Amino acid sequence: MIEIESLSRKWKNFALEKLTLRIDSGEYFVILGPTGAGKTLFMELIAGFHSPDSGKIRINGKEVTHLPPEKHELAFVYQDYSLFPHMSVKKNIEFGMRMKKIRSKEKLFEIARDLKIAHLLDRHPLTLSGGEQQRVALARALVTDPKILLLDEPLSALDPRTQESARELLTTIHKNKKLTVMHITHDQTEARIMADRIAIIMDGKLMQVGVPEEIFEKPVDSQVASFVGFENMLNGRVISADRGLLKIEAGEIIIDASGYIEVGSQVSAFLRPENIALSKTSAQSSVRNSLQGRVTEVWMLGALVRVKVDCGVLLNALITRQSAEEMGIVPGIPVFAQFKASSIHVLR
Amino acid sequence: MKALTRKTRKLEPLTFVFSLLLLVLFLFIFVTLSNMIFGQIFDDFQGLLEAAENSAVIRSIFLSLYAGFLATLLALFLGVPTGYILARFDFPGKRLIESVIDVPVVVPHTVAGIAILTVFGSKGLIGGPLGAYIQFRDALPGIIVAMLFVSLPYLANSAREGFKSVDPRLENAARSLGAPLWKAFLFVTLPLSARHILIGSIMTWARAISEFGAVVLIAYYPMIGPTLIYDRFLSYGLSASRPIAVLLILVMLSIFIVIRILSAGWSIYDRD
Repeated sequence: MIEIESLSRKWKNFALEKLTLRIDSGEYFVILGPTGAGKTLFMELIAGFHSPDSGKIRINGKEVTHLPPEKHELAFVYQDYSLFPHMSVKKNIEFGMRMKKIRSKEKLFEIARDLKIAHLLDRHPLTLSGGEQQRVALARALVTDPKILLLDEPLSALDPRTQESARELLTTIHKNKKLTVMHITHDQTEARIMADRIAIIMDGKLMQVGVPEEIFEKPVDSQVASFVGFENMLNGRVISADRGLLKIEAGEIIIDASGYIEVGSQVSAFLRPENIALSKTSAQSSVRNSLQGRVTEVWMLGALVRVKVDCGVLLNALITRQSAEEMGIVPGIPVFAQFKASSIHVLR
Repeated sequence: MKALTRKTRKLEPLTFVFSLLLLVLFLFIFVTLSNMIFGQIFDDFQGLLEAAENSAVIRSIFLSLYAGFLATLLALFLGVPTGYILARFDFPGKRLIESVIDVPVVVPHTVAGIAILTVFGSKGLIGGPLGAYIQFRDALPGIIVAMLFVSLPYLANSAREGFKSVDPRLENAARSLGAPLWKAFLFVTLPLSARHILIGSIMTWARAISEFGAVVLIAYYPMIGPTLIYDRFLSYGLSASRPIAVLLILVMLSIFIVIRILSAGWSIYDRD
């Protein structure tokens, strides 16, 4: 268990401000935030590489705020793995055992077998692939049986295929060793797949903590909303509210949204681009919103196509390449942008 | 060099001119030294042999190497910790300290000698109180102090560059694996900067052995190689001093070549 209380630290002209957070034993906890948000600094503070200006850190009930890193009793794996280049893989893994005076050949071979690096023991880190280096770094960190594992962007230096197997590996390790894992990433998909809970950190501040559904469906403010993928934001006013169905007037258009907010409130309505469907006709279906507009820009993104539609307000939509081709989506053509009332997330 | 080896491409004027200048620089050093060395060997090989058999000459050359070696050990003892602090920490006055450390490189050697004599002489700030235990004037400690003063910057600076080239994250990783700072330093940071420190030590030793001006002011006796050469030159002229000079440089060159060869196998682990 990691308890962080009102942790602050200045770093040049950047500051982490009063972070309070509790990570339970056995949790897979992801810290999600854009690059430069202070995620790594936050984790380095927990590991004891820097001292906080104020606040407290407790690990498994013991206060470690001002103890040196070797007394924090957790394992830390950096994004670039930080393997010791002058030592063989075996020596790297043995390092922590030597420091903690654990003499057990079996442990070493067991972890090497678990992480499938037994054949690499005599190699030097610089000769290994990214995935192999990561497994060595994990073996080095885990061979001394820590209870807590801190991972700084563990997947971002790997190619997509290795990423997938690394994700599975981390999940397996987390389960089998009953670890508390804290995992930093800027990648929402990664966070969504792996996390039990997620904390969003932006610009040195803790914005929101919750299970993935809360974070991705109910962001607490516009900054978090746009970071987690609600690219479309419409500012407006509630003009009617009836049994959970709102009508919001945003500029020239009126949209239906679900929620309970008083009439007259100023609100922002958020909408994910993948929740907008494009259609040539305004055929009524279960969707409550159907806005007429004109395509202004089209970007091919491989299997998906990003389309900008001007419906009085500019909306970003994400549709499949196939449907774009069937409808002949090109800049200039008229379309209807359709979306459900329930896919609108309304914030005051 | 690449442009020169690619035969299909025309030689750039800049590459051509720069290469010519490189040649001038190389010849300036090479001709000056080799002319002296080969001149001695071919004109007066007998003189060289006599110098090599003369015990005063051998003693002075050995003293140069020995005093230089002790100065280098002291420089390691002081310069490695200094380099580490300068590489790892930012603090007010750091720039000032770094500039002061570089000063011995730029002051004229006789000035350094006067300064050392003032401090380590029998009435000096340090030489005075220590007078009862250790004598600097005209003694080995004086030679070492003078050599140390002029050569210390080389070691401190290369140690600092060495430590800077080691990613602090490696130290962090070592520490979270349970190593206290001194173990992280000893097992991770120091081995990874060993090559920088070795090269710094060679530079320091070379600089120490070649020092004359500062040494001669505090300790004319016992004579180190350069002092003996100067002494013979003043008393008997070029023909008496040149064999010793050639002998000294041959000894130094062979030692440095051997060290270079032995250390060539060490690989460099840089941050990237």
